[in-house]
Amino acid sequence: MNLLDPQGPVAAANSTILVDSVFIMLAIVVPTIFAILAFAFWFRASNPKAKFQPDFVYSGRVEMVVWAIPALTVILLGGVAWIGSHRLDPAAPVPGTGSPVRIQAVSLDWKWLFIYPDQRIATVNTLTVPAGAELNFQLTSSSVMNTLFIPQLGSMIYTMNGMVTKLNLRADNEGKLQGLSAHFSGDGFPDMMFDVNVISPLSFPDWVATTAKTDAVLNEDSYKKLMQQGIEKGRPTYRLDDPRLFDLIATQHIPPGPGPELASEAGRSHSGAHDAR
Amino acid sequence: MLGKLDWSAIPLDQPIPLIAGAVVLVAILGVLGWVVVKGHLPYLWHEWITSVDHKRIGVMYILLASVMLLRGGSDAIMMRIQQAVAYQSQGYLPPEHYNQIFSAHGTIMIFFVAMPFVIGLMNLIVPLQLGVRDVAFPTLNSVGFWLTATGALLVNLSLVIGEFARTGWLAFPPLSELSYSPGVGVDYYAWSLQISGVGTLVAGINLVTTVLKLRTKGMNYLRMPMFCWTTLASNLLIVAAFPILTATLAMLLLDRYLGFHFFTNEAGGNVMMFMNLIWAWGHPEVYILVLPAFGIFSEVVSTFSGKALFGYRSMVLATMAICVISFMVWLHHFFTMGAGPDVNAIFGIASMIIAVPTGVKIYNWLFTMYGGRIRFATPMLWAVGFMVTFIIGGLTGVLVAVPPADFMLHNSMFLVAHFHNVIIGGVLFGAFAGFEYWFPKAFGFRLDERWGKLAFWFTFLGFYVTFVPLYVAGMLGMTRRMQHYDVAAWRPWMLVAAAGMAVLTIGVICQIMQLVVSIRNREALRDRTGDPWDGRSLEWATSSPPPVFNFAFDPDVRGEDAYWDMKAHAQQQSLEHDLPEYHDIEMPRNSPTGFVCAFFATIMGFALIWHIWWMVILGGIGAVATFVVFAWRDHDEYVIPAGEVAAIDRVNIEERRNLVSMAGAV
Repeated sequence: MNLLDPQGPVAAANSTILVDSVFIMLAIVVPTIFAILAFAFWFRASNPKAKFQPDFVYSGRVEMVVWAIPALTVILLGGVAWIGSHRLDPAAPVPGTGSPVRIQAVSLDWKWLFIYPDQRIATVNTLTVPAGAELNFQLTSSSVMNTLFIPQLGSMIYTMNGMVTKLNLRADNEGKLQGLSAHFSGDGFPDMMFDVNVISPLSFPDWVATTAKTDAVLNEDSYKKLMQQGIEKGRPTYRLDDPRLFDLIATQHIPPGPGPELASEAGRSHSGAHDAR
Repeated sequence: MLGKLDWSAIPLDQPIPLIAGAVVLVAILGVLGWVVVKGHLPYLWHEWITSVDHKRIGVMYILLASVMLLRGGSDAIMMRIQQAVAYQSQGYLPPEHYNQIFSAHGTIMIFFVAMPFVIGLMNLIVPLQLGVRDVAFPTLNSVGFWLTATGALLVNLSLVIGEFARTGWLAFPPLSELSYSPGVGVDYYAWSLQISGVGTLVAGINLVTTVLKLRTKGMNYLRMPMFCWTTLASNLLIVAAFPILTATLAMLLLDRYLGFHFFTNEAGGNVMMFMNLIWAWGHPEVYILVLPAFGIFSEVVSTFSGKALFGYRSMVLATMAICVISFMVWLHHFFTMGAGPDVNAIFGIASMIIAVPTGVKIYNWLFTMYGGRIRFATPMLWAVGFMVTFIIGGLTGVLVAVPPADFMLHNSMFLVAHFHNVIIGGVLFGAFAGFEYWFPKAFGFRLDERWGKLAFWFTFLGFYVTFVPLYVAGMLGMTRRMQHYDVAAWRPWMLVAAAGMAVLTIGVICQIMQLVVSIRNREALRDRTGDPWDGRSLEWATSSPPPVFNFAFDPDVRGEDAYWDMKAHAQQQSLEHDLPEYHDIEMPRNSPTGFVCAFFATIMGFALIWHIWWMVILGGIGAVATFVVFAWRDHDEYVIPAGEVAAIDRVNIEERRNLVSMAGAV
């Protein structure tokens, strides 16, 4: 999950900006730290060679330099930020080979549901994508806020109930990656890690066909069962009954997921996460 | 009768909080028992609890912060151990407990450690530096302190009665709404912050008024010590930002108590608005904390370099620039919420702009050292340690202000490392530097240097060993608030961080040892002159500890570094002029208003949390009645006769003359 080992163009561009920004800043930070230590050492009271200049308390030239150095650095970095924000806007398209794959991700308490509306299938806690194709994510949440984050593919974006956020990514190399939620969402939060299988574009249709053969069907009823609080250790897959399911969730036609049941009137609530273990 | 409260609120099945609670209870009862048996209660009541003396209140603020630092630190130790052991296992803390711990850690460290520590130092020192006898509203000052203490008490009460929030320290909805957090945890969180928030606001108003209206003769704005400037900036931010917090939490409470829909998923609630509002307070908040620390470092670097602060006017400008810009950057806390590229870029650049005045400050401290004669007493060590550490924190801060970098680092352990880098390296180091520097002023004896230096080195090294691994973990994709994890690459870094935490703990123990050793050796460490560090500003012009009236005469200020000028002046002129004529001094009377008001506020807060409505009414009436009684008071001042003032002042003048004549002889 190393950010400096990107597996897609978004992650690669983000981490390039990250590294470049660090180096731009190191160019002034390192000399400054060095100067602090050097001045502190040389002007120690016990050093007779250091010249005591108690009246050196203002210098227009020094002032100009000390305002200019950080200002110039920030102008440079500001440019990086401006260009980077526009070029790497998470909603901006990321062209790829072949037709884009639409994925509708729903954060549930506490698992990820990935709906492939065009393929009419859905998976839980595992995301399978073809290498090289543009991945168009639409994100929402069944209950509380989460963030969809696949570190080696790039940008993360919040999921929120009643709203749809957009994220475009691309995975370039086949292999197995990991994703997670990067916004705390309750007791089962650490179990929201999921696998990302990047497979070849040729085998993607086969995977779709295999998955579509499953008996489990995702419709409003099975979704409502799935959104109950709890942890999913397995990797269930579904045939998608209604391709508009995501819209029903995002528009709150299916009401937000229920929270925990209160074990007692007194404040301490118990949650599904505990029972699931 | 007791609302939601019943025996199931006591976590009998969870040994850790129960034992911790029992230990704290025994400690409190032990101290109380000792106080009563030894007959110190009247002293405590008259000299401290009801005191409206800004110095006493400052000391109590710092005491509160120190005690809460131990609580918040214990939470930190538990979290570091949990993440060190919870690899492919559940660790020793179940999620419902771990989640309370990180929420309490953040809440306590910001609201009940950092805030009271800096407010305490400002209270203690600013009136002295301004050359005045007290703050603008002495009784209100006491109310502010005791309401802060109420908040701290409620947070700690949640340890044994009920639970604390499990939502993180900012309690984001909808997780913090009733449907997802039905317990009392969020209510504990919100009511403690509401009550202590009133206290903070009151303290802010008080200090702003003090700096603007109560300066001694000749102390115009551009002669104020840097700490007074940063105090002004910080408290202006408090006055502007804390009402936002109060309003935001009030809306959350309306959702939870009366079924409103400000931030719910349903009925048109908007969770993004909570994010927006809480960070509109939250970002100024970090500057509320760090600006006073900048002030402390300005004083320390200048004093121990034996020079006036380099580029004073530039520093003033930088301080006020930070004050203003800090209100325009809050959106960088949620770049990943899907705002467009223009919005992200503008707030990213605004955030970077703050780095300019901050960088200027670093360079001005650097040039204050240049040509100086630097004495490495403990406060100066903290200052140099701060400069190095804070630059690194600034670098990572600017990095996460670059939106594309933030898209990968948001909410990660990298971010956790960054804000600890600036809050520990900036605020906490500043608080420690101020503590070491002004301790002799507050108590009349210096702190042991050997233990102080040990404390610095262990804390400094411990900080790096703890938080550099967290930076690395963040680069490896680790997000914050993980109760357990299965990623092998994260494990070694969590182990190193836990080891670093052990080093930090040794640092804290050294700090405690320093206090113990210094109290035992206080006669040897006695500061007789009131000026132990060869200081430059007016707090050093009076005795240590200062008399209740601070100064027998209003000091007459003729330039920057007022006391330094006076000393230089005194050496040139004859020392033996006649003693001046003393006058009666009027001082504000002590008042139990603050304590009584906070007592009722505690009852009201507790009752609100547990829905005990009759008790809410009782507490509310009590708190209001306290104010009514106070408002109808007849006497609010007492007179210290001129003779007494003279007697106190002459002792100090004598000691000081000895010092000056000795210095003159050298």
